[in-house]
Amino acid sequence: MPRLNELIKGRAWKFNDDVDTDAIIPGKYLVLNSSEELAKHAFENVRPNFARQVAVGDIVVAGENFGCGSSREHAPLALRDAISVVIARSFARIFFRNAINTGLPVLECETMNISDGDLLQVDFEKAIVRNETTQETYAATPFPPFIRGIIEAGGLVNYVKQHM
Amino acid sequence: MEQTLSEKIFSKATGRDVYAGEFVEAKIDVAMIHDITGPLAVRTLYDITDRVQDPTKVILLFDHQVPADSIAAAINHMELRKFALKEGILNYDVQEGVCHQVMVEKGHVLPGELVIGADSHTCTYGAVGAFATGVGSTDMGVALATGMLWFRVPDTITFEVNGTLGRHVYAKDLILAIIGDVGADGATYKACEFSGEAIRTMEIPVRMTLCNMAVEMGGKTGIIAPDEKTKTFLEGRALGGDLTLCSDEGAKRTTRSYDATEIVPMVARPHRVDDVVPVTDVEGQHIDQVFIGSCTNGRYEDLKVAADLLKGESVARGVRMIIIPASRTEYQRALRTGLIDTFTEAGALVEAPCCGPCMGGSFGLLGPEEVGLSTSNRNFVGRQGSPSAAVYLCSPATAASSAIQGVITDPRQCQAMKEM
Ligand code: SF4
Repeated sequence: MPRLNELIKGRAWKFNDDVDTDAIIPGKYLVLNSSEELAKHAFENVRPNFARQVAVGDIVVAGENFGCGSSREHAPLALRDAISVVIARSFARIFFRNAINTGLPVLECETMNISDGDLLQVDFEKAIVRNETTQETYAATPFPPFIRGIIEAGGLVNYVKQHM
Repeated sequence: MEQTLSEKIFSKATGRDVYAGEFVEAKIDVAMIHDITGPLAVRTLYDITDRVQDPTKVILLFDHQVPADSIAAAINHMELRKFALKEGILNYDVQEGVCHQVMVEKGHVLPGELVIGADSHTCTYGAVGAFATGVGSTDMGVALATGMLWFRVPDTITFEVNGTLGRHVYAKDLILAIIGDVGADGATYKACEFSGEAIRTMEIPVRMTLCNMAVEMGGKTGIIAPDEKTKTFLEGRALGGDLTLCSDEGAKRTTRSYDATEIVPMVARPHRVDDVVPVTDVEGQHIDQVFIGSCTNGRYEDLKVAADLLKGESVARGVRMIIIPASRTEYQRALRTGLIDTFTEAGALVEAPCCGPCMGGSFGLLGPEEVGLSTSNRNFVGRQGSPSAAVYLCSPATAASSAIQGVITDPRQCQAMKEM
């Protein structure tokens, strides 16, 4: 998990609305429990090249309701090692929690004008996404203070350890 | 100030009056883990501390990959068995069936409780008036370690359903119609409370079908205020719980009204749960496999509906039919009342209680380009096998009628043919 005052830069992988957890990581891989193993099958059914071509720091960009479906934490885990942040117009509830809890940054933002391959810069502190390819800037939804606390602690486990 | 049913449950779990939008740390009454999400939760627990805070609140069972269908699954089962023994946790192992069915039928959930499960369909337990919601493994690990978890108290959408469902129209058709209406993210972060005359007449197993699919519209839970039917259902299963809970008249919420009389048999078309149309729109669609089961529609009531249609009939040539009772109890009931006979006579495969093809990780998978008809709750790409397969979701009546005809068939049509 990056620090909130750090800038993130990466290429966009653009997806549509309602990307479900079966699309992120198919059910047959749920016996795998490590992020390295899971990452090899990320988006396998919907973008077969993803796992091979993704570069560390890349950004997943999607429309509405990203991560709908199952409660499998395998989904954020499959993305966490390479993907620096997921930006979507909206997230499904359990995925949003799981991502925050496990240290995959997620940001709500209008993504209509972002295309596959665009170079993006994300400023969590100011809640701003800058599209360096099109020179546009988009305002994202700032994190509520409670969620900020979890992110700043480096995920829920650390947060709980600090507060126990 | 007036409160919704969900706000009342969170207030009790937090120890002060709380309202929608507030972030709270709440006390968990019951937690459920299963074979898929369990191992990660256990890892998180031991990362935080060395023991479960209160083992009497935790239920473990295996249902997703049962009996173990791979060595990796067998290892997960072994580790969780060891964990349950060490911590003194109740473990139903592979014996009882699908987690959500087992939790409710064994009386592990009471009205007014705050329950979490490491599975998205935990919302099913709202059928007995609990606030139950699915969480990920990290959340579960934290709850196991501390007995508490953070929540944002949700807003409520009340789905008020009046009138009565027609013949061959079921709770599944109603919930599909509602999801089609509000969309796959229409209730994101919200508590979906079902009320009205149509809901009041439903027994608990039927209410479970409704609450089960709340998550398919993004809901944090499905919930129904407890009543006489809840009381009757819980008798002999569990003691306690607050049977008087309900949303206050003036509580802040959004209401959507439906007329049950207008609902017809529905299907969700591939690959979206909210692409819902009347069965008549897709009648005649070729199918390769029919699956009746899952936490949505694998109960005795569902099997009975299917058996009544299948009695004396046979599964159409070229169609495979898989029937999986949701639990051992439901299986035995079906066995004693002759339903299993009817199914096997008709040529269906009856499997032991488990999730089966629902999650696509185990057996009964669809091959490339095949078409499945399923009483489960999700038809995402690849959910039941090959990514090029297509799945339609429907009620047990539509599933059984279609299995007989070999193509998607309106159950009203099928019954008419039977009566001719
Ligand atoms: S039956 Fe299907 S939806 Fe229900 S718990 Fe099992 S896999 Fe999940």
